[in-house]
Amino acid sequence: MSKVRVLVGTRKGAFVLTSDGKREKWDVSGPHFAGWELYHLKGSPADPNRLYASQCSGWFGQIIQRSDDGGKTWTQPGTPPGEKNAMPAGPPKGESNKFVYDTSSETGKPLTTHQFYDGTQHPWEFKRVWHLEPSLTDPDTVYAGVEDAALFRSKDGGKSWQELSGLRGHGTGPKWQPGAGGMCLHTIILDPKNPGRIYIAISAAGAFRTDDDGKTWRPINKGLHSQYIPDPTAEIGHCVHHVAMNPSRPGVLFMQKHWDVMRSDNAGDLWKEVSGNLPTDFGFAIDVHAHEPETIYVVPIKSDGEHFPLDGKLRVYRSRTGGNEWEALTKGLPQRDCYVNVLRDAMAVDSLDKCGVYFGTTGGQVYASADAGDSWAPIVRDLPAVLSVEVQTLP
Amino acid sequence: MIRVILPPHLRGLAHVASEVELDIQGPATQRSVLDALEVRYPMLRGTIRDHITQQRRPFLRFFACGEDLSHELPDAPLPSAIVSGAEPLLILGAIAGG
Repeated sequence: MSKVRVLVGTRKGAFVLTSDGKREKWDVSGPHFAGWELYHLKGSPADPNRLYASQCSGWFGQIIQRSDDGGKTWTQPGTPPGEKNAMPAGPPKGESNKFVYDTSSETGKPLTTHQFYDGTQHPWEFKRVWHLEPSLTDPDTVYAGVEDAALFRSKDGGKSWQELSGLRGHGTGPKWQPGAGGMCLHTIILDPKNPGRIYIAISAAGAFRTDDDGKTWRPINKGLHSQYIPDPTAEIGHCVHHVAMNPSRPGVLFMQKHWDVMRSDNAGDLWKEVSGNLPTDFGFAIDVHAHEPETIYVVPIKSDGEHFPLDGKLRVYRSRTGGNEWEALTKGLPQRDCYVNVLRDAMAVDSLDKCGVYFGTTGGQVYASADAGDSWAPIVRDLPAVLSVEVQTLP
Repeated sequence: MIRVILPPHLRGLAHVASEVELDIQGPATQRSVLDALEVRYPMLRGTIRDHITQQRRPFLRFFACGEDLSHELPDAPLPSAIVSGAEPLLILGAIAGG
């Protein structure tokens, strides 16, 4: 029977939740890396036992962790416990957390500053890894979306990282500015049918696409309208919260923007709003059903000033029509006095039949639906604030 | 033999249960101690000092013999009690947040 493994990143550690295909009884493992912030964990599609985790701390900075046994044991890539640094006789160890922005004149225009909150130019400074996206085909290749916004790639299992600097260097970089959560590259989507195509999104710069494996990039923000931007045709500056795609239809994208739920049918070339009858179109998380590419999920949040569900009712909204027509999913979810948030990377789907849908809250609950959202039950109720949820469907 | 006491989170990363002991070649300074620490425990690189600038991370502090050495120059000699191993060098996570 198939199994599912849910990888949960929280403010105070990581948790691994496992169940069989019925998704009724769960084993909870953790906290892993207790006391650290785990922004994101994700497994390799090419080797499900290969997991990557972004571990960080305001005191000690960034750590990258890797598991080769499905989360039972972890090491910092290239740095086994007890093994000293081989410098200068061999390659340096301890560089799995070294993210250095590319300022080489050979790889494009060196970029040194972006726009800061006060409108002045500010140096790019690495703070943390928000999102790790393993390659669809190679377990040793993994992408990292970081704050301050940039895209890095490792081809050696996370031991070392190189920036794909064409993104920051494509021209608009000096105009990017941070959102309230920082200037983070939080979304990375790899196109399964076009290996050179990658989508990324940055708060608050917008969405971008490469068609040549990261060498050159262009903004894909036409059709987005943000009330705080005076120019209605602004190429960048949009606060994209998350983007989702069904792998069977990689040219169709769904976006939860700061306000507005959007869709593109042409790989981001043009977006149209599909908020429809949502009670509020502010939110962070969005995902697509594993088998029905027109079925999408969002968790409406009251407003940018009040990051909790409307009326204290935690409701997932599902559209089976690719947007515009939405239904509230409430069975099993608290319908009074609920004031949690669901963050952008904290929703995921499995690929079982029926499709499972999962999300975590800032109140520490992880909810699961084994029937595509019709009903929900908490897997765990009292974790630290949940930052990310990913799901692996295992044989 | 220099004794170094790490904060608990870094002990976890380094897989050590208590203080660590380091042999230092040449003068014992913050820099030479941290260099030796990172050679022996490469997983700590970047966690105490920035990878590139080698600056102490802002929320960390160095204490020894009841004194805050955090703002001493990296190449300043450490107190003799540290050099002799009578006292440990403490690396602390500063109180921050609420």
